[in-house]
Amino acid sequence: MSAPLWLIPVIPLAGFVVNGLLGTRLGKRFVSVVACGAAGLVTIAAYTRVIPFLSGDGAPILETYGSWISVGDLSLDFSFRLDPLSTLMLAFVTFVAFLIHIYATGYMHHEATDGGYARFFAYLNLFLFAMLLLVLAESFVLMFVGWEGVGLCSYLLVGYYFWEGYAAEAGRKAFVVNRIGDYGFLLGMFAIFTTFGSLNYTEVFSKAAADPAKFAPGLAIICFCLFVGAMGKSAQVPLYVWLPDAMAGPTPVSALIHAATMVTAGVYMVARCNVLFRLAPEVMLFVAAIGCFTAIFSGIIAVAQNDLKKVLAYSTISQLGYMFLACGVGAFTIGMFHVMTHAFFKACLFLGAGSVMHAMSGDLDVRHMGGLKAKLPITHATFLIAALAICGIPPLAGFFSKDAILSASFEHGGYGRVFWAVALFTAGLTAFYMFRVVSLTFYGRFRGTHEQEHHVHESPTSMTLPLIVLAFLSIVGGWVGLPAVIAENGNRIGRFLSPILVPIAGHDAVHEALPHATEWLLMAVSVAVAAAGILLAWKWYAKEEGRVPARIAAAWPGLYSLVADKFRIDELYDFLFVRPFEWIARFLWKVVDVLIIDGVLNAGAFLVELTGDFLRFLQTGNVRNYALSFLIGLVALLLLVVGAF
Amino acid sequence: MIGGIPLSDVLLASGALFCIGIAGALLRRSAIQIFLSIELMMNAANLTLLGYGASLPSREGQIIVFFVIAIAAAEAAVGLAIFVALFRHTETIDVNKIHLLKW
Repeated sequence: MSAPLWLIPVIPLAGFVVNGLLGTRLGKRFVSVVACGAAGLVTIAAYTRVIPFLSGDGAPILETYGSWISVGDLSLDFSFRLDPLSTLMLAFVTFVAFLIHIYATGYMHHEATDGGYARFFAYLNLFLFAMLLLVLAESFVLMFVGWEGVGLCSYLLVGYYFWEGYAAEAGRKAFVVNRIGDYGFLLGMFAIFTTFGSLNYTEVFSKAAADPAKFAPGLAIICFCLFVGAMGKSAQVPLYVWLPDAMAGPTPVSALIHAATMVTAGVYMVARCNVLFRLAPEVMLFVAAIGCFTAIFSGIIAVAQNDLKKVLAYSTISQLGYMFLACGVGAFTIGMFHVMTHAFFKACLFLGAGSVMHAMSGDLDVRHMGGLKAKLPITHATFLIAALAICGIPPLAGFFSKDAILSASFEHGGYGRVFWAVALFTAGLTAFYMFRVVSLTFYGRFRGTHEQEHHVHESPTSMTLPLIVLAFLSIVGGWVGLPAVIAENGNRIGRFLSPILVPIAGHDAVHEALPHATEWLLMAVSVAVAAAGILLAWKWYAKEEGRVPARIAAAWPGLYSLVADKFRIDELYDFLFVRPFEWIARFLWKVVDVLIIDGVLNAGAFLVELTGDFLRFLQTGNVRNYALSFLIGLVALLLLVVGAF
Repeated sequence: MIGGIPLSDVLLASGALFCIGIAGALLRRSAIQIFLSIELMMNAANLTLLGYGASLPSREGQIIVFFVIAIAAAEAAVGLAIFVALFRHTETIDVNKIHLLKW
């Protein structure tokens, strides 16, 4: 028995409605059951479709539920699409979301009042609804509905602790920065409609693939606009600034929305539009360059952060950069592979950070931690596994996807070699900053207050169980994409996703695989770099308790504070955009509105009042004055009639 | 000629009567005297109507005068009633002291 596609987004929507309307009255237990039940049911429903699809031939399944928009030349059906790309997203989004829902029941238990608890889970279900809409959509417009929906939920959940000013501000920042990207996405959609006369994936992509020469000239601008949208949603330079601040939300939100699912929507969209992007090679280069730069840039920032979640946030931005690098060098399937493995290990890392935060009574500063290994054995083990996975240590998940990205950019030739070198350095950086926080958190001696030390405890089962499952997936998740040198037919995910790369007329998709010896060499180099990063971090932070880095920071205080202040990009944006915008707003308020618009109205009113002030002296209230003026008027009229004037 | 009196004399008498009425209405301070002056003006108008009515071959002027007299009687009743009410209220009928509709 398989569920119809429409049922999949509807289940979490129902959970949202029930919890949103009734949640505050029915209590925490009921809210948890409804929310987790919705997430569990949607996972089951999704897998009734995913599993049969895996054994099929990968041909897209379209389900249409009638006409949605029909205006002028635009005619859109409300339809969902199940193809390898959406199947992959469906498979991990629902499952990871389910795990995080369970985790959240434990995580939110202490702090939320009954009202906040229901609100949290209602939004979480709403997010799942929007995300599934985004993934399953068959047209750009329906995808945009989901796209905006996840943005809204992100805003609502980042600002969950809205009574703390910083959370409300972070939510607003996330929303505004995303609007900039969304504007690009909208422009891209308009351009697609004017170019192709349609907004359906099937129609647009088949038109573009059938006659590339006709459509290629306009595609550069289309792809650029779409990529601006992806930059906003997937937090790429220069629109990445919202994601670190978004950590103001509860940790399950950071894990689900700001690591595993929503932020990968940009990569998903680029992979979805791969036909268009492949026809715009200059934009592809731009995508790769932005991705590569973002990867190293945020990797450098992550090294100097002391907030555990901030480190993970910058690491997420960096990993998203890797995904865009893969897309930019044409390896869309590898990019999506990294999306999947990243969802596992980054969700695990965030949930682990949440577990640490739980134990530390909300403190996230790694300088106050240390030696938590003994107190939090499960959190430690899972965090360590996920950290090894993100560093790219074989045979964990991150190794296969990251190594595939590295070799794809190496293979690309030309600029690809530069990208490869930068990405390789970033891999070392990743290993360094991840094991910096691992060492500071779990090893050495405890540096927090006495009360914190007394309070430290392992989290409840509802929190550790998802950690264990995600850690397990962080180990095995990469085994579906073994490179050819290890197993001849090991790259099952690559083969599964290959139908999304629609062949383009006149573009042959042949590329020569690298010689096996080179592949082995690349692999060895990347593992060596990652291991070097890990060992260095281990030596500096776990063994020597940070004396060497402290000396380095003291030697170059300017450089250190620049990195620790995140290159002062926020201040730069504040200076370049926010402050001028405030000036303009102030000008419009004080000058245009108050002075000109209100001024004109007030001047008119004042004039009328002034005239009245003079004219009222004519009203003496004395009857004989009125009679006299009556007489004068009469005489004047008479004279006029007899023609004296 | 109306019974030996020329029309111009009648009109002159009517004009004089009207001017006396105006002067009275503007200069007197007692409401009743103003009222009487207005009656005077009205009768000046009646005289004009009578004069023209007698000298022209039509009788309409003289007929209108009857209406005017009848309406003036009604008006007098209403006007005097107002003065009585006014006096009860303000204890004066000096129009200079009654100026409630001032600025």
